[in-house]
Amino acid sequence: MKNHRILFNLALLLTSGLIFLSGCGDPSGSSGGSAGLLADNAASQVYVPPGEYDEFYGFFSGGFSGQLSVYGLPSGRLFKVIPVFSLDGEKGYGFNEETKPLLNTSHGFVPWDDAHHPELSQTGGTTDGRWIFINGNNTPRVARIDLTTFETAEIIEIPNSGGNHSSPFTTENSEYVVAGTRFGVPYPQKDVAINSYAENFRAMQTFISVDPENGEMDIAFQVLLPAFDFDLSHSGKGKSHGWTFFTSYNTENKHSLLEVAASQNDKDFIAAINWKKAEEYIKEGKFHEVPANYAHNVYNEKTHTATSTMKDKVKVLIPSECPGLVYFLPTPKSPHGVDVDPSGEYIVGNGKLSADLTVHSFSKMLKAIENKAFDAEIEGIPVLKFEEVVAGVVKEPGLGPLHTEFDGKGNAYTTFFISSEIVKWKLGTWEVVDRVPCYYSVGHLMIPGGDSKTPEGKYMVALNKITKDRYLPTGPEVCHSAQLYDISGEKMKLLLDFPTIGEPHYAQGIPADRIQSKSKKFYPIEENEHPYRAMGEKDARVERSGNIVHVYMTTIRSHFAPDNIEGIKVGDKVYFHVTNLEQDYDVPHGFAVMGANNAELLVMPGQTETFLWEPKKEGVFPFYCTDFCSALHQEMQGYIRVSNQNSNIALKWGLGEDETIQ
Amino acid sequence: MKNLPRLLMVVAALGLLSLFIFPMWRITLLAPQYPDGVTMYIYINKLGGESSGTLQNVNILNHYVGMKKIDPDAIPELSYFPYIVIGLVVLGLGAAWSNNPRLFLAWGVLMVLVSMVGLYDFYLWEYDYGHNLSDTAPIKIEGQSYQPPLIGSAKILNFIAVSMPHTSGWLAGICILLSFVAAWVSFKKKKNESTEKYKLDTVPNLVD
Repeated sequence: MKNHRILFNLALLLTSGLIFLSGCGDPSGSSGGSAGLLADNAASQVYVPPGEYDEFYGFFSGGFSGQLSVYGLPSGRLFKVIPVFSLDGEKGYGFNEETKPLLNTSHGFVPWDDAHHPELSQTGGTTDGRWIFINGNNTPRVARIDLTTFETAEIIEIPNSGGNHSSPFTTENSEYVVAGTRFGVPYPQKDVAINSYAENFRAMQTFISVDPENGEMDIAFQVLLPAFDFDLSHSGKGKSHGWTFFTSYNTENKHSLLEVAASQNDKDFIAAINWKKAEEYIKEGKFHEVPANYAHNVYNEKTHTATSTMKDKVKVLIPSECPGLVYFLPTPKSPHGVDVDPSGEYIVGNGKLSADLTVHSFSKMLKAIENKAFDAEIEGIPVLKFEEVVAGVVKEPGLGPLHTEFDGKGNAYTTFFISSEIVKWKLGTWEVVDRVPCYYSVGHLMIPGGDSKTPEGKYMVALNKITKDRYLPTGPEVCHSAQLYDISGEKMKLLLDFPTIGEPHYAQGIPADRIQSKSKKFYPIEENEHPYRAMGEKDARVERSGNIVHVYMTTIRSHFAPDNIEGIKVGDKVYFHVTNLEQDYDVPHGFAVMGANNAELLVMPGQTETFLWEPKKEGVFPFYCTDFCSALHQEMQGYIRVSNQNSNIALKWGLGEDETIQ
Repeated sequence: MKNLPRLLMVVAALGLLSLFIFPMWRITLLAPQYPDGVTMYIYINKLGGESSGTLQNVNILNHYVGMKKIDPDAIPELSYFPYIVIGLVVLGLGAAWSNNPRLFLAWGVLMVLVSMVGLYDFYLWEYDYGHNLSDTAPIKIEGQSYQPPLIGSAKILNFIAVSMPHTSGWLAGICILLSFVAAWVSFKKKKNESTEKYKLDTVPNLVD
């Protein structure tokens, strides 16, 4: 290992020497070119030797893929794609009977969504590695992923919302994750003329409580705001704990050709919601309980099955009835991200159409509220005087600022979409320290813990929207990318550039040790409470009632029990309930039947999963294990005989020629 | 310190009870796909493993080459060995009560004999599992046996099998040693006492 390092360094030395001799070297070590990378030894900084572990987990949203992918940092190696809002044939997610309820909504089964912002749960303002939340934009939902299993554990639908974008940012102890609406929608939802927008449309901000024990989500309350487009959010921390900030654009209240119509006001607003005050108003009963219809879907790890419950009410707070609940902070211009620094004092409004970057002060905001330094009032919400709340302005840092994260050492890093770069600047003095190019058009950026109280200021990831010429071409559709920078020094340094799954819209990073040791290896079979489990081969059987057939099947290296089934008829609904009896790490079994109209099953050790098969023609059809499980994996196969609807072939099942299942 | 040998003997006898708490032997199978190994523990009254699934995992590995399924219910020793151990504890306590070094020694020797019989029995089981192979085994290798070593390590196909005494096995060994130490200290004491007595009987005149 040590020898390898030495050899590797020697090779690097030789290479950079050659480049120097050939006269095309770049001794300044600029971060773009490959010569610069070699001279800076970037390769060794991201090199994690085979068999060794990465320092950080990175959770990258898949954007329009609807999923969440798990990478190692600094290597950029992909470990897993966790299916969340979209069907995943590979894992049977959304295809098997157990996970279908997770995708239930008030619109029925919705098998896709646009997943933007992963957000790790926090304790005391620090990521704790228990859960990660992610929003579904299109059909407003928030999902919770359990980080002991890396599986989707819960999805809650958000009523009175359209375009759940400013979500699911957490409070300091994950008391709440929030869900703001990007699109105003009629409140209550009804059939009205679109041009009655200002009159009929509203924008509801939702606070979802998180049970500190099991993480279960519940819609605690909603706050009714004017129909601006609420774009992003972040909750306060430290001194500003108790507040959540939402950016808005379209304060013009327009509903068509927004690219022009919603870009007219010099300043839009950051809405500051005092959620501790909201809790008081709820306690005092100052809420309206309004009818709603939304799904709450929870996966049970013991029954290995999700259930979907429809809920019918939600508590709504109206700011004009609740003084002190909401304030507007004027912010130039169409601010996108709103980011709170680790101390909780500075609130950065990334005005995407503004030439400057505006930073508000939380303490000035409190003083302005105290002094009633208001410019106006909109639907009972005071608009604070801009000059009374602004802390400073970063002058002409770049074009199109979108998002800011922090390194915990007094620096802020802001992405600029239009000028395709990240700019490092100092909190308090507002001076620009450094800038690096991104390839290309960076959206979010991520520093592990960079939006928490305790950032790990070692690496930074840029999440790029387009790649153009960066990789080998793959036809008209090319990958999006992530770029890893070293931010441990004064200057940012590009280390690595890697393609991602879907759109890596936003990401979260966390030191590996906060998750690694808690990761489950298998499900104890004795805890399996699936109603159709088979606890051993002695339980394997086939039962018929009418045209419904239940096959209680088990898997263990390297056979199914039963593996020969007869007496199935055309038109039957055959449920294969497959229990994986294995109790070893990394021994899933797959299950696939010819002609199935859904997908495979991929059953983890100790788990039961169910698969519906509806045979349409007579014959004998094979099934087999799809996950290469053992030396005799190819032998892990079986047959199911399908007879005519009127046949009187008896139901029969077995395993092995001489043996019958006892 | 007068009661030291007796005390040692009590500790030795009661120490055997550790056989009911800790495993006495472990067998670990190592292979590239099993970086942490598959470790099976043998207790006086049961078989166990690193996890609840260990025995099943060992059986799954063994079935490829046609080895018999290891079924604790099919090993009668696991049900009657505990009684032998309890008997030994009682005998040890009896020896301590008698305070007779000859009985201390006898108990130690009995322990050695029982341990040897136990090890031989263990060897026979290992031999049986390693040689008594199914005719329908998926993998058959002419002349290959799969018997793990009694003590130490051996390469069996792609696995390295390591077999070693574990906590209560070592403790039982210490108990045997303790009984010998108890006997030795007690014998020495008795000898000193008799010399002393002799001195007291014969020397007083000189002192006067």
